[in-house]
Amino acid sequence: MSADMTEEWPEEIYGLLREAGIDQFAFVPDAGHDHLIKRSIADPDVHAIALTTEEEGVGLLAGAHLGGSRGVLLMQSSGVGNCINLLSLIRAGRFPFLTLISMRGDFGEGNPWQMPMGQSTQPVLEACDVMCMRIDEPADVSRTISAAITMAFQSELPIAVLLGQKLLGAKKFS
Amino acid sequence: MTDTKPGGRAAGKTASGHLDRRAAVKALLDSQGDDLLIVAGLAGAKGDVLAALGDDPRIFGFGGAMGAATSMGLGLALAQPDKRVLVVTGDGELLMNVGTLATVGVANPANLGIVCVDNEHYGETGFQRSHTGLGTDLATMAQGAGIGAVRTVREESELAEAGEMLRQSNGSAFVLLKVEVDEPPKIRFSWDAAFHKNRFRQALLGQP
Repeated sequence: MSADMTEEWPEEIYGLLREAGIDQFAFVPDAGHDHLIKRSIADPDVHAIALTTEEEGVGLLAGAHLGGSRGVLLMQSSGVGNCINLLSLIRAGRFPFLTLISMRGDFGEGNPWQMPMGQSTQPVLEACDVMCMRIDEPADVSRTISAAITMAFQSELPIAVLLGQKLLGAKKFS
Repeated sequence: MTDTKPGGRAAGKTASGHLDRRAAVKALLDSQGDDLLIVAGLAGAKGDVLAALGDDPRIFGFGGAMGAATSMGLGLALAQPDKRVLVVTGDGELLMNVGTLATVGVANPANLGIVCVDNEHYGETGFQRSHTGLGTDLATMAQGAGIGAVRTVREESELAEAGEMLRQSNGSAFVLLKVEVDEPPKIRFSWDAAFHKNRFRQALLGQP
């Protein structure tokens, strides 16, 4: 379900994140975030950190803020479930937190195993005080990402941007 | 909560290590110089750091979110390459997110050290035996995770060399302290993580 690379929005996102001074990109390999992951790995000015589980990204980003840097956690909706307890660090410490979530278990999903976490991603995040902003259309990408960056790093709030399968395309199963 | 009996709730429990945890952590911290930033994992490890340094603004101590100390130290080390960052954590917490050792091994910042205070027990929950008391060796796991500088310290006489390695290593370093099972008196520390975060940033960056 990698995003169509004829689309410009993945690079727009990368540009906005870098303009905002984000230089720690934490991720678990994911087709939906393929472009951002490759761009961050190829960018000598950022730390591209491959995680073994998404929850490490929560700690990493809090540590980045403690040291005066900005980070973003790129994960799939299924990874949200792995982060729950560590989100207590973000809430207890009132840390800024920005995560971009590529959705599974969403519009056009062909694998029923993805549905439980996909459908509970937003309620679970909101229960943990993470505000969710959803993008389903390419035209909404720039302004939503810009808004999320401002809210995360200026207002110092925990923000999740959900990239829907209407935007990403559903994974094809033959 | 504080138990003043010798050994506290740990009385009668046994481990393979015999270092005094408070003395061993203090010796390592004292060997690191002044430009040190510390992430202290929850419970016993945080107590060891506070006993050694007092309530210093350059300590971020956990009261929960078990398993996050090492990843937080990594983010901090990457953000502050000119400072030494030390994560002090326990065997229970490290076991909970042991994959983070691999994440550290791959990122490998030279200014990051991890000190694991291994008493082979889950002290906070009543001193149940942990995996490290039943055969798991976290130093071997750290080595297998790709961390190049790894030491297991069993004797006080080995602390100086381990401290030197933490300071001089050209990649991330890991020290396993095999300590006796003990429950030293608890040290009061504010539960307000936002206060600690702001105080830490004020001291380091000049702004909260």
